[in-house]
Amino acid sequence: MNASPAKGTRLVEARAISKTFDVSEPFLNRLLEGKPRLHLRAVDAVSFAISQGETFALVGESGCGKSTVARLLVGLYACTAGEVWFDGAPLAPVDSTDATPQRQVRHRIQMIFQDPYASLNPRWTVGRIIAEPIRVHRLKREETAIGARVGHLLDQVGLAAADAERYPHQFSGGQRQRISIARALASEPDFLVCDEPTSALDVSVQAQVLNLMKDLQADQGLTYLFISHNLAVVRHVSDRVGVMYLGRLVEVGSKRELFETPLHPYTRMLLDAIPDLERTGRARTPVAGEVPNPLAPPTGCAFHPRCPLADARCKAERPLLEARAGESRQVACFAAHDARATT
Amino acid sequence: MPSTPSSTEPRSAHPGFSVASGYAPAPPLADPGTALLEVRGLRVEFPTRRGVLTALDDVSFSIARGETLGVVGESGAGKSLTGAAIIGLLEPPGRIAAGEILLEGRRIDQLPLEAMRRVRGKEIAAIFQDPLTSLNPLFSVGRQLSDTIQTHLPLSSAQARARAIELLARTGIPAPEVRIDHFPHQFSGGMRQRVVIALALAAEPKLIVADEPTTALDVSIQAQIITLLKSLARASGTAIMLITHDMGVIAETADRVAVMYAGRIAEIGPVDATIHRPRHPYTQGLMASIPSVRETRQRLAQIDGAMPRLNAIPPGCAFHPRCTRRAPQCERERPELQRLGNTSAACWRAEEVG
Repeated sequence: MNASPAKGTRLVEARAISKTFDVSEPFLNRLLEGKPRLHLRAVDAVSFAISQGETFALVGESGCGKSTVARLLVGLYACTAGEVWFDGAPLAPVDSTDATPQRQVRHRIQMIFQDPYASLNPRWTVGRIIAEPIRVHRLKREETAIGARVGHLLDQVGLAAADAERYPHQFSGGQRQRISIARALASEPDFLVCDEPTSALDVSVQAQVLNLMKDLQADQGLTYLFISHNLAVVRHVSDRVGVMYLGRLVEVGSKRELFETPLHPYTRMLLDAIPDLERTGRARTPVAGEVPNPLAPPTGCAFHPRCPLADARCKAERPLLEARAGESRQVACFAAHDARATT
Repeated sequence: MPSTPSSTEPRSAHPGFSVASGYAPAPPLADPGTALLEVRGLRVEFPTRRGVLTALDDVSFSIARGETLGVVGESGAGKSLTGAAIIGLLEPPGRIAAGEILLEGRRIDQLPLEAMRRVRGKEIAAIFQDPLTSLNPLFSVGRQLSDTIQTHLPLSSAQARARAIELLARTGIPAPEVRIDHFPHQFSGGMRQRVVIALALAAEPKLIVADEPTTALDVSIQAQIITLLKSLARASGTAIMLITHDMGVIAETADRVAVMYAGRIAEIGPVDATIHRPRHPYTQGLMASIPSVRETRQRLAQIDGAMPRLNAIPPGCAFHPRCTRRAPQCERERPELQRLGNTSAACWRAEEVG
C-alpha cells in the first residue's frame, strides 16, 4: 500500500455531481421532423463522502443512476457539473490533456464490473490481464518482478499462481470475478468501485466473493463504493448506504439507521419488496406503479406518483436531501421532515 | 372469467398406463390421486463428440393440481432443463434417455411434435426469464394473444380479441383496450412480463412452467409480478412449477420446493421445512450463504469449491467433495431420496443432519 490516508478521514467526495446525456434524435431528423433536443439527467446533483476504510453502498432500481455515479467517480464519464474530490484534491477532468497528475491519482482508484464474462479480454492470458495495470502505471519494470506480483495477487484472491498461464474461458464465473478483483488490486488502489460485483453469480459463489472482499478490506484498508440492487447484499457488506431514485439521492444513513428505521417512503418500499426467507407464504401488497420515464420526470418529488404519503406540496416542490434535527442521516422527503412518516 | 369452451382437440387420455418398474424409492408424491404432473426417473442426455453427458439423472417428483412447486439450484444444476423437458422444448441434441413424464396420467414425453404442440399452451404453458425475447417484436401484443387463443380455443377473431383484452386487464395492464394494439417495445419490462403471463394464461392451462420469471426485473416490479402470479394461479387453480435461483421468491410463493444439485434432486419437501430445517448439507450451505436483509452477519457461510461440470460428476454423492459431513460411503455409493418426516433428502447422513 502506498501512503494511505489515516482511517476515518474523507477519501472520496462527490460534490453535487451531475451527468446529463444528450439523447436527441440525429441532427437531420431534428431539422426535418422538428424534434427538439432531448437531455436525460442520469445523475442530478448527487453529493456524498466516503471515509477511508469504509464501505459506502448505493442502492436503487435499474435506471436510477447508480452505475453512472460509479463511472463518474472512476472517470469513465466526465461530470456535466460538480466535482469529484479524492484524498483532498479535485480529480482532473477525464479529458484533461495533461496526463501526468492523472496517472498519479488514477491508479489509486479501480473498478470491478458486474459481468466477469464481458470484462476480461478472452484472448489474453490471466497473467497478462492482471499485469496490464502494473505496466500501464509503471509500478514495476522488470518482468520477473511483474510475474511475482501477479502470482502474489492470484494467491490473494484464492487462485493459484499457475493460473496466470490460463485463459478466462477456463474459469467459472466466480473465479473470473476473482480475476477481476486481482486486476483491480494490481495497481495498489485505495479505493475500489464495485458495480454489482456479485449480481451475475450464484449465491454460494456470491458468498465466497463477498467474504473475499471483506477479507481484503480488513487486510489492506481498502475503501469501497459498492453498487447493488440487492439490499440483502448491501446490508451484509456496507457501513453506510445511499438510496437513489431517478438520478437523485433520497436517503443516506448508516446501515443500521437505514435498515432498521427507514424514513423515505421509497426506502421502505424497497425493503418491503424483498422476498423474505423468514416469511414463507406471506401475502404482500406491492407498491403499484413503475419508475417514471427519466426523460419526463414528475414535478416536485420524483417519487410522489407512487408515494402513499404524497400531498400537494410533494407534487409542486422538490424536497432537498437534508439531515433531520439531531441525526446524521439525511433524507429528501417532506413527509419524513414533518414527521408524517414516523410510524 | 367466462368458462372456456372445451378444446377442439380430442383428448387422447391413456387411462391404462402402467408404472414403469425398476426404480425403487418412492419420491415424495402429492396424493397420487390428485397428481397433475408426474415426472419419474427422468434422465436427459447430451451426446457430444467426447461421449454422452448426463445432464439430468433419475429426477422424480410430482405436482398436484393448483400447487406451486419451487425448483431451486445454482446455474447448471438442471432446473431449467427439467422445465424444458416437461414442456417438450429440449434443445437438440439433448434428449430424454429414460424415465417418463405424465400429465394427468397421460404420457407426454413421447408425443409426436404436432400433438405436443397442442399440449403446450393449452395444458402446459411457459413463462421465460426475458420477456423481450419471448415476445415477437414484429407483431402487436393483441395479435400474439389472439393467435394463441385461436390456436387452442374455437373462438372467432372478435371473440379472441375480447378475450385478449380481458386477459390484459386481469394481468393488471392499464387501458388494455388501447395497449392491445401496442408492440412489445412500447411496454416496460414489468408490463412486458405481464403480457407474457397473459399469453401463458390464454388457454387456461393446468400447469405453468415459469423459468426465472422475475429475474430480469427490479425488486419492486418483481414483487408485483409474484403477487400477480400467485393470485391468478389461486383464482384459476393453475399449478405452477417455479424455477428460480432466488430462495426468497420460492419462500414466499411455493408450497413445496425441490433443491437441485448436479442434475439430481438433493432435497424436496414443504417450503417451510426445507428452508428452516434443511436436511441435505447442500441445502443447509445454500441457506446459510444467503445474506439477509433482516439481520447483519459478520461473515456468510460459504460452500467451498463449485458445482462439478457435467463431464466430471464425482462418483457416489455428487456433493461429497464439497461436503463437510462426508463419510467413506458417500464417495462410493450414490444416495437416493429418502423420506425423513415430511421432506426427502438424498444424503446418507441426512438423519444425523438438522
